[in-house]
Amino acid sequence: MARKQFNALPGFGLTMGFTLFYLSAIVLVPFAGLLIRALELSWADFWRLATTDRALAAYRLTFGASLIAAVANAVFGTLLAWVLVRYEFPGRRFVDAVVDFPFALPTAVAGLTLASLFAANGWLGRYLVPLGIRGAFTPLGVVIALTFVGLPFVVRTLQPVLQNLEREVEEAAATLGAGRWRTFAEIIAPSLLPAVLTGLALAFARAIGEYGSIVFISGNLPFKTEIAPYLIVLRLEEYDYTAAIALAVVLLAFSFLLLGAINLLQQWASRFQPSS
Amino acid sequence: MTKWTLIAIALGFCFVFLLLPLANVFAQALAQGWGYYWKALADPNSLAAIRLTLIVAAISVPLNVLFGLAAAWAIAKFQFRGKSILITLIDLPFSVSPVVAGLMLVVLFGLQGFFGKWLDAHNLKIIFAVPGIVLATVFITFPFVARELIPVMQATGTEQEQAALTLGANGWQTFWHVTLPSVKWGLIYGVILCNARAMGEFGAVSVVSGHIIGHTETMPLRVQALYEGATKASAAAAFAVASLLAALALFTLGLKTFLEWKQTRLERLIATRVDS
Repeated sequence: MARKQFNALPGFGLTMGFTLFYLSAIVLVPFAGLLIRALELSWADFWRLATTDRALAAYRLTFGASLIAAVANAVFGTLLAWVLVRYEFPGRRFVDAVVDFPFALPTAVAGLTLASLFAANGWLGRYLVPLGIRGAFTPLGVVIALTFVGLPFVVRTLQPVLQNLEREVEEAAATLGAGRWRTFAEIIAPSLLPAVLTGLALAFARAIGEYGSIVFISGNLPFKTEIAPYLIVLRLEEYDYTAAIALAVVLLAFSFLLLGAINLLQQWASRFQPSS
Repeated sequence: MTKWTLIAIALGFCFVFLLLPLANVFAQALAQGWGYYWKALADPNSLAAIRLTLIVAAISVPLNVLFGLAAAWAIAKFQFRGKSILITLIDLPFSVSPVVAGLMLVVLFGLQGFFGKWLDAHNLKIIFAVPGIVLATVFITFPFVARELIPVMQATGTEQEQAALTLGANGWQTFWHVTLPSVKWGLIYGVILCNARAMGEFGAVSVVSGHIIGHTETMPLRVQALYEGATKASAAAAFAVASLLAALALFTLGLKTFLEWKQTRLERLIATRVDS
């Protein structure tokens, strides 16, 4: 309820009513529908549909590739954020702006262009394929697409933390005789860790649900390069709704677990921030 | 030494993962020459896809703007219990795989779905038709405007509105002449992000569209259909349509950078005024 004694602004009833109505119509009702259909499944049926060999292979690829991509993002994202915040170099503002490019580019276009870059006759593939590095139609392709899609998360989570890091503490460590690496390992790294992990978890969560970019680059071969969201689409196209719902429940459950983990990480990370 | 090594690695990573994919889109789109590029875009089915994408964005973005304004007003200007739960619920679509979002709509409105029989009896089509595509897009882009507006409206507080009301303005006048101008840039920012995602959404739209050429194909789906044609000519046509989406991403990125630059300049201006 609005505490009217502090606030004479009008429109709470109208805006709150519309917010709740629109939220229910667009988000909550579809959620409830899926949940009801899922609860209609018996546990045995659910387990059978959600754990077929093909589904297990798809989870392995989805979660494995997402994790590898998220770790790659953590490494390169930390490096990028560090370079962007700490160093002055020509083109810095340009690089800072293009980091968001994967957020702005439709995933279908990302998948299309990455598949073509890493194909045997592509700009990168013509050098990599002779070396045995195949980026198109392989699990590696899935990792490449997911790394592209998740790139901005770690950079954007880490940048404000790095900007607020107090230089004096590092200078103090240096004055007390710590070398550059020791200062980094013992002073800087621990205060960056929560933000890096938050960014990693965000990239991981995004990667698990990703579909658009991967269908172009992976080739979607069952047991080899087939991701879980693709399997859901396939089951839907066969009008096998129950199987699609069982797979979707597994993905949703994982997303919510991650959402919880991200919230905990953000609370942890905020303890390292000077109160704003 | 360390500095320039790190900068070199970061720039190399950005070059391979951000600039090459972008340049490749335009290079492949023009691989068959300008004449073919224009012909591919002027193809009736591609034009139909462009038109549908514009229509879908023109419906879903204003809906989410209306919701964003209402939600931000209720959340930022009033105190009530359950506020953090409401914010979490608004963010919910971010943690759902686009494919699962599409599945939710199929479960509600598909032929075997909750409302399927009723819709069929009244000759209404949502799934495999334009309304389904709009609903999927609205679901996916649901949080964008609200998320940008809530912090901006919270930061501006309620004093200005209280003053306007005391001076005799009514609620709507206060909103139009006081609140809206003060959140203008945040609103524009939310709209361009929402629009970019609406025009580029692939997974959710793909599940509900039915891929009827010339009727329910949006631009990203047209890209996929052309790519699966698997000839050199259709690949170039896929890239031609994709180049429009990539141009949209560049435009979005440019506008975003401009707005951020304007924002920091404004903050600096305020800071110097306060200092002097």
